Order: sequence, then structure tokens, then C-alpha cells
Amino acid sequence: MNSTWSRFNITSIVLGFAFLYLPIVLLIVFSFNESKLVTVWGGFSTKWYVSLFHNQGLMDATWVTARVGVISATVATVLGTLAAITLTRYTRFRGRVLFSGMVFAPLVMPEVITGLSLLLLFVAVGLDRGFFTVTLAHITFTMCFVAVVVQSRLVSFDRSLEEAAMDLGAPPVKTFFQITLPVILPAIISGWMLAFTLSLDDLVIASFTSGPGATTLPMKIYSQVRLGVTPEINAACTILIAVVAVGVIIASIANKRREIQRQLDEQAAQRG
Amino acid sequence: MKSLGSIRRDFAPWNDPNAKPYIQFDKVTKKFGDFTAVNNLSLTIFEREFFALLGASGCGKSTLLRMLAGFEEPTAGRILLDGQDLRGIPPYKRPVNMMFQSYALFPHMTVEKNIAFGLKQEGMPGPDIDKRVAEMLKLVKLEQFAKRKPHQLSGGQRQRVALARSVAKRPKVLLLDEPLGALDKKLREETQFELMDLQQELGLTFVVVTHDQEEAMTMADRIAIMDKGEVMQVATPAEIYEAPTSRFVAHFVGNVNMFEGKVAERTASTTRITGATGAQIVVDNGGHAAAGSDIVFAIRPEKIKVSSKKPADAVNALEGEIYDVAYLGDMTVYHIKLDDGQIVRASALNASRITEDPLTWNDRAWVSFRPDAGVVLTR
Repeated sequence: MNSTWSRFNITSIVLGFAFLYLPIVLLIVFSFNESKLVTVWGGFSTKWYVSLFHNQGLMDATWVTARVGVISATVATVLGTLAAITLTRYTRFRGRVLFSGMVFAPLVMPEVITGLSLLLLFVAVGLDRGFFTVTLAHITFTMCFVAVVVQSRLVSFDRSLEEAAMDLGAPPVKTFFQITLPVILPAIISGWMLAFTLSLDDLVIASFTSGPGATTLPMKIYSQVRLGVTPEINAACTILIAVVAVGVIIASIANKRREIQRQLDEQAAQRG
Repeated sequence: MKSLGSIRRDFAPWNDPNAKPYIQFDKVTKKFGDFTAVNNLSLTIFEREFFALLGASGCGKSTLLRMLAGFEEPTAGRILLDGQDLRGIPPYKRPVNMMFQSYALFPHMTVEKNIAFGLKQEGMPGPDIDKRVAEMLKLVKLEQFAKRKPHQLSGGQRQRVALARSVAKRPKVLLLDEPLGALDKKLREETQFELMDLQQELGLTFVVVTHDQEEAMTMADRIAIMDKGEVMQVATPAEIYEAPTSRFVAHFVGNVNMFEGKVAERTASTTRITGATGAQIVVDNGGHAAAGSDIVFAIRPEKIKVSSKKPADAVNALEGEIYDVAYLGDMTVYHIKLDDGQIVRASALNASRITEDPLTWNDRAWVSFRPDAGVVLTR
């Protein structure tokens, strides 16, 4: 590998990272601003973080977002996993192409359209918009992401594991819960996390399908920003970034450690 | 106690007309769409037999095994196990267990848990499970690996876990799908003998699928040679090798020389054959070949003697030229181009360090064989 730090390399790395992270860095820096003006540095302070926790509106929105995220991600994971299993296992049922197309269409569907059509549906059915409808909408659009993640794992799943379990006396349902599910569990967890993240930062669909009393955090932030950006919002975003970053870091460390452990195990096995 | 050898020597239920068949394939056909994997096949396997299904890939041998395990249902025909029709019985209710080619060890369970899995499904009480698992671990010599996960084991160890898991339930029949396919040569040879000992020790019926003829010859009591969904011959390894009933079987197992020809004369004790290229061959037993019919005379290389002079007492002797010599250490393989153009392969055991009759490239030579050295094949 060529590891010389030429001037060109350094420049492109700096430019690349600046392009990606400068806005975020600015946001974080200004969340510690003493001044009420977002663009003028008035000294270091953590007072916006304190006031953030006294802002009932933001706290409520956070709570709503968390609940919507957990519930929709969980339901979407169950449905998405079932869809993935159907699509990988039962390759010959009538209407399979249509079904798989319909499962994956929301991946490329513009969010505005998804949001609008869900809104029309809820109005037509006469469903009062609120917490329930946002959750339902999020289940709808995150399910396909879960299906994609789980399906890619199932494709490489060794079917003889299930055959072996049945051969040893486990009926199909037991086989699924004792063998299939534990083996594909990592993919299901990633699917859940993806669904949760998508739900967490969705603004468009939530705006269409939410109603009074069910304002999500992105909606709250967006509406406050329209009245002028306050350092409080910066602080809220910084916390959000921190939460996501910590999650990602923990996940990747755990992954890396598992990988290393696996390699060590395999080497040990080779030695006997 | 009788030694295993004598048990094996006396074991021949297929020659006993009163022996009760244990596994019966009765006119079984299996189709996948338009493809016929198994075609109207009938086969009988006896209790405690070590039975091998041998064939090239795609010959239907694995399908046969999977039908016995219950993963596939026959399109037509019946499969009987100990008198019971297996149709409609799902895999998890059949008294057979299978050892998979990929081993199919459950990656999220330890060796112990893998072995205990089948026993738990049976509802065996905990202490009994522990006892049986310990017994199985001892049987495959993996006691100190009980707490390991499959990926922490070497290939040979995984194979033994798979074996222990599949015999833990004491099935009536153990099915083995290419059991040694993933092992290296040396380990494979060792494991062959271990499998045979294990089969005798547990007194189980083994049905093994393999494409490796050496493996089948070493381990099996009887071998079924399969081709295109049909059984070509079922016999003991020695019969398969010495008395193949078709060209396919003769070709498939070991090396063979084939002489195309016609039966020129047929008497009670001898058959005279005129080869297509003119060679005259006299054999003791012509099988069912009638005078004048087209046949093939098949003879194994090691039954052909190569010499520089025509042996005085030889009934069958053909002259030619040494075309190729391969010295393999324990034996030497000669390719002799006969004067009629046919190439004959002969192998000579190097029983002494110095050959009395050294032959090399382009030497004139005689190939000779006894009247009982080969077989006459009509199909």
C-alpha cells in the first residue's frame, strides 16, 4: 500500500472532510455559545443545554419521537422479516414478482408521495391523525428497508441447518425459533436499528401524517427554526448527533472485536 | 467375543432368501419438473448393513437419500422402513438421522448443545441427555471440546461433532451424505475405518452417499452403482470389481480394458471371441452371450501379464509394442499398442526390486491372460 502523505492527498482529505463535517462542527461549536445570536461567538457556555431540558415542547417531541421510533421499528422488523422470508423461501408462489416489487417500491418512492398518499388514506378512512398514524406511516416506509437487510442475510443462509434440525426431530415452527432466528438475528437487529434511525430523522412523512399532540423532534426543530434558529436547537441537535455517534461507535467496536475473536478462534482451531 | 472381521465375513443377508428387508425402495420415481432424478428404482437394504450409493454427481443418489430422510417425497412408488410405509411422514418424525455434507452444525450452539439438540426434541430428561452427550463425546474423542462453538473447531473435529449429533438419538438408520468429502486425504482414510468400527459398535444400518469409489469399496458391505436415476448394479465391492454386469459399471469402478467383439463359438465350458480388430480370445465363462452376438470383453489391467516372449502355456496371448511405461513405485503400468491397433493397459506389481524381464518404450512385447481373467459383457 502506498502510504506517502503527498500534498495532493492531504488537500483532498482535508477538503473532503471539511465538506462533510464543517456544518456539523459549526453546529456543535455554536451550541456552546454564550450569546443568544447564533452566528456571533460570545464565549463558552453550557446554558443552552440546561434550558433545553426546561423546554417542555422539545422534551415532549423527543418523547414522542422515541416512542414512535421504538414501536414502528419493532413492528416493521417483524413484518419486514416475514416478507424477507417469504421472498427467499417461497420462490414459486403466484404473484411473487408483484409482491417483491411492492415490498421494495417504497425504497425509491419520493417521501412526499408516500406521505401524501398516507395522508389521503387516513383522511379517507376517517382516522384521526396523531401518534397512531405517524407510527403506522413509519412502519410502512421502514418495513422495506428491514426486508432488504434481512433478505440479503437469508440468501446466504445454509438451508441444511434447518433440515438438520428437522431431521433431529424439531417441527418447522420450533426449527424457526431455535435455529433460523438465532442465526439471522444480527441481520434482524441491524434492520431494527436502521428502521429506528429512519424513523428518528424523518420529517416529511411525519409532517403529513402527524396531528396535534404528536409532534416529533424533527418536526419541532423544523418549526422552531422557521421562527429563527436558537442555540437551544443547536444543543438539541448536538445531543442527537452524540447519541447517534455513540451508537455507531459501540456497534462498530463490537463488530470489530467479534471479528478479531473469530479469527483467533479459527487460528486456534487450525492448530488443533 | 468375535472379532469385527469375522462378523463382517459372515454377514451376508442379501444371499439369504428368508432375510427380512429393512429399507425397501419400491419402484420409486422422483421428478423435479421435467427432470427425472430417480427413475422407477427398486432397492433393498438389510438391517445392520453398511450400504453405499455410488455414482457421479447428478445420478440421483442424493435425492434417494433425501427421500429416505423425508426432505423429498417420491413422485411415484413407495419407501418402506422396517415394513412401515414412509409416505407422508415428515422428517422430524422419521426414525432416521442424517449426517450432512456441509455438517450443518448449529453455529450458535456449543458442541454439547449441538449433540443434545435431537435428544431435547425427544423430550429426554436432562440427566439422561447429559449422560448420552458425554457418551457421544467420548465416542468421537472430543471430550475436551464440549464447550466450544463449531467455528472454533478444525474440519476433522466438525465432522466428528456432526457424526456424534446424528447418532446421538440412536436412529434405526444413519444416512451419510458424502461424509468424508470435506476432509483431506490422510484424514479421510483414517476416518473411513473409524466409521466402520462405529457402525459395528452401534449396530446401526448405514446408508452412505459418495462419489469416491475407493471410499465405497473400503467401507461398504454392498454398493449400488447409480447412473441417471437408475441402479446399474448392486453387489459387494469384490463382485462389483471382479464381476461387473455392464460396461458402465466396469468403467466406473477401477481401470479396465475393453475388447469389442463377437462370440465366434460357444460351448458349455468355453467361449471363443473374435475381436473387432481380429484378436482371438478364449474365455471360461461367457455369461449369457449367445453365439454370434455382439459383446465386450472386459479385463482389469492387473490381470494382464506383460512379457518380452510369448509365454509357452498361455491360452490368450496378443503381440504388440510398449507404448508407454509409468513407474509408480509399488507397481508399473504399461500401455501396449497391439498390432491390431488397440491399446491395452497392464499393470505389474513390483514384487522384487529388480525386474527379470525389463521392458521399456518401443520394445516388442506379449500380453497374456488366463481364460478366467476377464468378463464378457452383453450390455
